[in-house]
Amino acid sequence: MKELFETRQVSTEIAGVDPAADIDGEQTLVINMGPQHPSTHGVLRVVLVLDGEYIVSATPVIGYLHRMHEKMAEIRTCLQYMPNMGRVDYLNPLGWNWAYVGALERLAGIEVPERAEFIRVITGELNRISSHLVWFGAYILDLGAFTPIMYAFEDREKILDLLQPISGSRLTYSFFRPGGVATDVTDSFLKDTLAFVKYMRDRLPMYRDLVTDNIIFRRRCEGVGVLSLEMCQRYGATGPLLRGSNRPYDIRKAEPYSIYDRFDYQIPVDENGDAMGRYRVRMAEMAESLRIIEQAVNRIPEGEHLIKKAPKPLWKAPKGEVYFAVEGARGKIGVYLISNGDKHPYRVKLRSPGFSNLSLFGELAKGHLLQDAVSILGSLDLVIPEIDR
Amino acid sequence: MIIAVVAAALFVAVSVIFLVYLERKVAGHVHRRPGPFEVGPHGMLQTVADALKLLGKQPLKPDGADPVLFWLAPIVAFAPALLLLLPIPFGPILTGLEVNLGLLLILAFSGVNVLALCLAGWGSNNKWALLGAARSVAQAVGYEIPLLLAVLAVTFTNGTLNLSEMVARQGPYPWHWNIAIQPLAFFIFFVCAVAETNRNPFDLPEAESELTAGFHTEYSGMGFGLFFLAEYTNMIVVCSVCTALFLGGWQGPFLPGFWWFLAKMYVLLLVMMWFRWTFPRLRFDQLLNLNWKWLLPLALINLMVTALVMKLA
Repeated sequence: MKELFETRQVSTEIAGVDPAADIDGEQTLVINMGPQHPSTHGVLRVVLVLDGEYIVSATPVIGYLHRMHEKMAEIRTCLQYMPNMGRVDYLNPLGWNWAYVGALERLAGIEVPERAEFIRVITGELNRISSHLVWFGAYILDLGAFTPIMYAFEDREKILDLLQPISGSRLTYSFFRPGGVATDVTDSFLKDTLAFVKYMRDRLPMYRDLVTDNIIFRRRCEGVGVLSLEMCQRYGATGPLLRGSNRPYDIRKAEPYSIYDRFDYQIPVDENGDAMGRYRVRMAEMAESLRIIEQAVNRIPEGEHLIKKAPKPLWKAPKGEVYFAVEGARGKIGVYLISNGDKHPYRVKLRSPGFSNLSLFGELAKGHLLQDAVSILGSLDLVIPEIDR
Repeated sequence: MIIAVVAAALFVAVSVIFLVYLERKVAGHVHRRPGPFEVGPHGMLQTVADALKLLGKQPLKPDGADPVLFWLAPIVAFAPALLLLLPIPFGPILTGLEVNLGLLLILAFSGVNVLALCLAGWGSNNKWALLGAARSVAQAVGYEIPLLLAVLAVTFTNGTLNLSEMVARQGPYPWHWNIAIQPLAFFIFFVCAVAETNRNPFDLPEAESELTAGFHTEYSGMGFGLFFLAEYTNMIVVCSVCTALFLGGWQGPFLPGFWWFLAKMYVLLLVMMWFRWTFPRLRFDQLLNLNWKWLLPLALINLMVTALVMKLA
């Protein structure tokens, strides 16, 4: 068995784990979960120190998918940087679109037409639902049930089919523009969206029957990875994590942007703070997003989708600094942009929710079983490209 | 005897090919998709193609793996599976090996499977495989006990360990079967059978979302193929034994016995597949709790009550 422990030193050095973290003289097992592992969803690597199957310490190691998105902002013009936003988080690209476009608009004082705001809300919420659907399927897959992801993808497919004709892509949208959106939506899109809302409302009870009420699923989630509010605040966790720990903080309500203050919707919270709480929050959010979409589709006004003097590719952003945050599917997406009046921004800092949400994993997983760690990791809803950027 | 072994081998080969195809089709229909459809009519030849692919693959051995244990494990996993089929009465005269202690033979040799998983996990020089092996040992040892106790209760009432005789004592209709007398034993037996064959929701030793592939992480080609074959053969064995013990074996009206046996066995197999594509996986402590805190006491009580009733009657 000597060979088995040979890689121990190397792994621990890279991760900065104390190799002498033995318990009661018993030797611990250092094991690499990832970068290639079915449950780390991408190239996240977690160095686990195990005592039997109990986790002594868990250290996430990131950087396997670093693509220098922030640096790329400095060598591209403001508008050329738009496609990057679709690639930061491939599951919720419109959230990032919105954060970046919002920052430019706030900096330059660009007014967005009414119709464009409605289109943004509709597509943004559709994207939130599709992101949650992927998370839902993948999470249950982590827990060992294969079927729900097939059902979730069937529903997600319908959203992609809706967004494809208007945005031109199915995954990495760059649909928003400073001053509006790239293309206008058609009446058939609005009609299909309403049909989807109705369809999805019938699907959610089916998910409840298939998954949420399953006793094995509940036992795997309830009381697992209890995240206190204090810990959320210490790590800067946002989104469903924070709301799952009983804090109704949602940028859409806390710092209303766009036209979110005109709709009637709830911010779902759960008081338990465990994996099940986060699961419930996300499932409830899908229902709330459907409500927002329904209201927006019914009230969308006529008008232009993009202002006449919309910025062109060589447009120069005015000198200044700006911060704009939106509520993405995973939490608070923030873009801090400094411009010195040039064609390209001087510096762009992306605040990704996944980074903060991952950082608490080490503390949260300590003392849990390996299987619970998988459950916790899944409940954080991580998208690795967003964390590495 | 030799004819019986050859026949058993043939039966295993054909059944496994069909079962894998069936499992994929069941999975497909559970997922609301057609399942394999390209190779052959309705994808019937998909499993054959996959088996050929596995045969053609290079068997790889990781550096530092114990060569003897590593190659022995898949053989140890599969070899007893053939033997297990011999004492099973597939029809009134279709029994490979007529022995008085048939049931005992099956129970004894089914324990060898754990050894194979343990060898595979230990010999692969892989930490995930080692964790899988550790899980499989704890699981198999635990679930074998209530399984034995459930079988014991049935043998009490029938007074025989010979499976053919056991079937002969039951009648053609469900109220003649042992399940009518021992419903709890049937339930315990079936749950333990699912656990013994490492099927979802008890597939912890291979738990692909946690342990990548558990004990067979490092196996490729036919090494993996043999584990795969063994898993499905074990499924056939436990379902056959369950049919013979509780569901009246080949007994049934109108049709010849063999078809009744197959029909009952496949119903049980389909239930196992249905489990696999519906349930999430249990956590390890929950798995052991279920065994030691629920199944074992229940099986004991069942056995005691059976013994008491037998004594009084």
